[in-house]
Amino acid sequence: MSPLGLLAASSSATPTIHVPHVDYLSILPMLIMMGGALALMVASSLFRKILTVGVGTWVASAVSVAALVAGLFQWDQISTHGAQVTVAGAIAFDGFDVFIQIVVAMAMLLTALIGDGYLRREGVEGPEFHVLAMMSASGAMMMGAANDLIVIFLGLEILSIALYVLAAFNHKRAESGEAALKYFVLGAFSSAVFVYGIALTYGATGSTNLPQIADYLSRNVIASNGVLLGGLALLLVGFGFKIAAVPFHMWSPDVYQGSPSPVTGFMAAVAKAGAFAALLRVFVSSFATARTDWQPIIWGLAILSLVVGATVALMQRDVKRMMAYSSINHAGFILLGVEAATTRGVAASLYYLITYMFLVIGSFAVITVMSRPGDTGHQISDYRGLARRQPLLALAFAVLLLGQAGVPFTTGFLAKFEVVAAAEATRAYVLAAIAMVSAAVAAFFYLRVAVTMFSPVGSVGDLVDGADSAGGGGRADDRAGDGGIGDDRAGDGPGAPTSGGSGAPVSSLQVLTDAPPLESVTERGPVAVPTLTWLAIGLSVGFTVVFGIIPGPILDFAHQATLLFA
Amino acid sequence: MSTTQFPYLTVLVLVPAIGAAVVALVPRRAVSQWFHEMVGLVVAVVTLAVAVAIAIQFKTGDGGYQLVSDHVWAKDLGIRWSVGIDGISLFLLLMTALLFPLTMLGARVRRDPRSFVAWLLLLEAACLGSFVSLDLVLFFLFFELTLVPAYFVIGGWGYARRGYAAIKFFIYTFAGSAFLLVGILAVAFIHQSQTGTLTFELPALMHTHLSGTEGTLLFLAFTAAFAVKTPVFPFHTWSPDAYAEAPTAGAVLLAAVMAKLGTYGIIRFDLNLFPQATRTLAPLLLTLAVIGIVYGALVACAQRDLKRLLAYSSLAQVGFIVLGTFALNSQGLTGGVLQMVNHGLIIATMFILVGWIYQRRKTWQVSGLRGLQSPAPVLAGLFTVAMMASIGLPGLNGFVGEFLVLIGTFVAHRWWAVAATAGVVVAAVYLLWAYQQAFHGEPSDEDAKTPDLGWNERLIVAPLIILIVALGVFPKPVLDRIGPSVDRLVIHVDQVTHTPLPAGLNPGSASTPSPHRVSGSALAGSTLPAGPPRAGTTPTGGTP
Repeated sequence: MSPLGLLAASSSATPTIHVPHVDYLSILPMLIMMGGALALMVASSLFRKILTVGVGTWVASAVSVAALVAGLFQWDQISTHGAQVTVAGAIAFDGFDVFIQIVVAMAMLLTALIGDGYLRREGVEGPEFHVLAMMSASGAMMMGAANDLIVIFLGLEILSIALYVLAAFNHKRAESGEAALKYFVLGAFSSAVFVYGIALTYGATGSTNLPQIADYLSRNVIASNGVLLGGLALLLVGFGFKIAAVPFHMWSPDVYQGSPSPVTGFMAAVAKAGAFAALLRVFVSSFATARTDWQPIIWGLAILSLVVGATVALMQRDVKRMMAYSSINHAGFILLGVEAATTRGVAASLYYLITYMFLVIGSFAVITVMSRPGDTGHQISDYRGLARRQPLLALAFAVLLLGQAGVPFTTGFLAKFEVVAAAEATRAYVLAAIAMVSAAVAAFFYLRVAVTMFSPVGSVGDLVDGADSAGGGGRADDRAGDGGIGDDRAGDGPGAPTSGGSGAPVSSLQVLTDAPPLESVTERGPVAVPTLTWLAIGLSVGFTVVFGIIPGPILDFAHQATLLFA
Repeated sequence: MSTTQFPYLTVLVLVPAIGAAVVALVPRRAVSQWFHEMVGLVVAVVTLAVAVAIAIQFKTGDGGYQLVSDHVWAKDLGIRWSVGIDGISLFLLLMTALLFPLTMLGARVRRDPRSFVAWLLLLEAACLGSFVSLDLVLFFLFFELTLVPAYFVIGGWGYARRGYAAIKFFIYTFAGSAFLLVGILAVAFIHQSQTGTLTFELPALMHTHLSGTEGTLLFLAFTAAFAVKTPVFPFHTWSPDAYAEAPTAGAVLLAAVMAKLGTYGIIRFDLNLFPQATRTLAPLLLTLAVIGIVYGALVACAQRDLKRLLAYSSLAQVGFIVLGTFALNSQGLTGGVLQMVNHGLIIATMFILVGWIYQRRKTWQVSGLRGLQSPAPVLAGLFTVAMMASIGLPGLNGFVGEFLVLIGTFVAHRWWAVAATAGVVVAAVYLLWAYQQAFHGEPSDEDAKTPDLGWNERLIVAPLIILIVALGVFPKPVLDRIGPSVDRLVIHVDQVTHTPLPAGLNPGSASTPSPHRVSGSALAGSTLPAGPPRAGTTPTGGTP
């Protein structure tokens, strides 16, 4: 046994607390991530001078790689010895768990690489960004491994609280603070709902342990199951908030827009991965017997998310808001896999998560480097002429956007194919058809960005509407800062008067600020892309294209990453 | 049918795909400015050579799939790299492989030729891939992939409203394909529930039992995608915009090649997978086709813009293909398949010529041109040939196809054929009228200075003109190869719709389509009131 194990054994000598046997391999990536975060935090307060952003990046990258390697060992262990439940039934050590660990560790690695350039540019000092991100990632990993509602809640809170702070990380931007506050208030509220859901479920089934709940439900027919259904509903609300499914999505556009760009990518990938992992485990494996009760609700949530996400994204002028709605649309797709509630559905959801992780983090890497200092300049018109200035960057972004649109020979297509196939295998044809139509609608706004990048500066008639002419006003809005997130939304509505050329939503605030004149707005030089960001973009694009053409390895991985109790 | 031979079809798809990657990855500054176009041309010509080799390998008289190669592509999803051709796809391959190099030569662009050539090669790979796929998902992948290069070609090198046209084109077709994917998966899962194996291969799936409602719904789902792409009448609204705003190369390839993906899809998939629904719903599609023929012709009459005129004439022409297809007999289908090739050659010639007129005169407005015949007699002469072929003058290829289509339709659905014939007449009206306006009369000073076609330009259209004449005079080699495959298809449709097979017989024969190959004459009597199944050779034997 390892020294840690002995330590745990010796402490169990006290009669009142029973410390269970801990299989450390089963939680190794999570421990590495959490330990890395704590060590870095302690070190940063002791050696403030030496611990620069760069050191934080290297530590976070090393920790992520270590977690990845640990994940591979776990995979090996599971494929030779099979899945099991450890730590007194609190942790499920199965392929599904390992898959989520690897997705999250990969996301953390990419985010660390992107964050480096961003922090340097914004002049943020110290490794706190990486500490918080690693902490948040460990929470997501815990959600993936959790086999008990309480552990899920622990993971959820670790994930969320670090994310609240990360959202507010750029203290020089008012939007950042506003986003964090919104996220925090709604997030805390949803956590409360979630806990209440746990309580009701406990009341109905007498346990918070997922296999025990499943066991109870399969042995007993509850005559009056109001409490159980109430608990289910509240749990679903809590999850719905985290995955930003309609109608629990209200926070996401503001938070996505306001958070620092690398954080947004991280949030979209990791919070989704963690929450979907727990959602799948709870609903598909524990509440499998109550399937007929929750499937229609998931069905509804999926359709709402698909339709609302795709259509509202059409009206966005701000790339980050657009990505927020697109992320809602993607959540709808992943819900297709949940709704199917089959092994195929779970595998499809997992595959979608890993695909989407690369796509969204890669996209936000581009958005990060494209933003102006102060994390502004996210209007679609800011991307005009990018293909001429930086063809490689434009090509990479185009691939990532087309991947999200689900164009063949990218992983994005296979992911959509997988979830739609899973839905159709359970004869959910209507849902599948709506999903595919929403993908067609979604293609429109991805293409709008792509065509903007590939059209030269100052040309006319490229876009369907007057979106580009609003550029000046939108940017002035961002620069004003005080206007906050609320102001930008004035330009989001379809009826916004955007034809004026210099932009319509000009409030008194912007007139007073040093908004850049239009000339400097339309002419942008090439943006600097740090090497590490290139690496992250390259990894994302490589994954998207290579595994889109040779889908075998990742698909196999997802299909073998089954739930322990399914 | 052996799988060990040289994988011609895989090579055919990979050559342009790799060529596209090479062109895209070689930086502009590293090489001379002609490099990318040269490489593109060489790759396209090599592709053509492979296509010709395939045509030589092709065994006449065999209606089944030839040169099949089949590999696992995504095991967990059941998707296979399964390619093969028959008489229906052979000539589409050849036409595609021929049109791409000609387009690269005849419709070059000034701005950023590197990306342009790369997109064209990718488009070629995707189009060829669609024509050879026997796996439904593989077909879907290529079918969808065509959108991306086409979108960038229209959006990047088009005219004034290119952004609008490109997005409209993409969204229309993408939305149509949404239903196609849902349909493909549904067929595969129904097949899985009947046989236990998940496969997307057409030869297996065509023996799936579908109830009436299932068949109808799936037919509609598939047809939605193909009808948008073709385009069939109510789904055509993207096409005039896309054709008019696209650069010449884009217009040529959209009208000549990509439109055929739709009609090809109908023939290959609708007829094979849903024979019953096809027969039931044939009147609907026939009606839409006739409406398209008449409406396209009438609207073309009202056009003052040569490209829009060609776009609407194209709508009318593809109406004939759909008409022939849903006649569901040998003549109609053979005519439809032949007309796909014919229309591709004719419309490509016309768009290329119109592109050259624009190069010289900077206008597509008929009213802006006058008396081009005297300064540019060769241009006028070539335009006349293409136009006459489009009208359906005997001796040119358009006649053969239209004639077969009309015979086939007349036998099966008399009044639709009668109505469609009206379209032929109107086609003569708008084309001759436009020709009169632009080429006849006394040229203005500007028109009088229009240079005629140079030698290089004459050489570029020469192959097209030669084929237009050759197919009109001597279509037998083509019909001989199309015939057996069409007969097979017609027999399949008839078997399923007239004499449904007992349920037990189906799964066993799934993997080997050949047992169904019954000699044509045996069944001809029961299927057609008139003539032998390969009636194609009869009406066109003599020269006009």
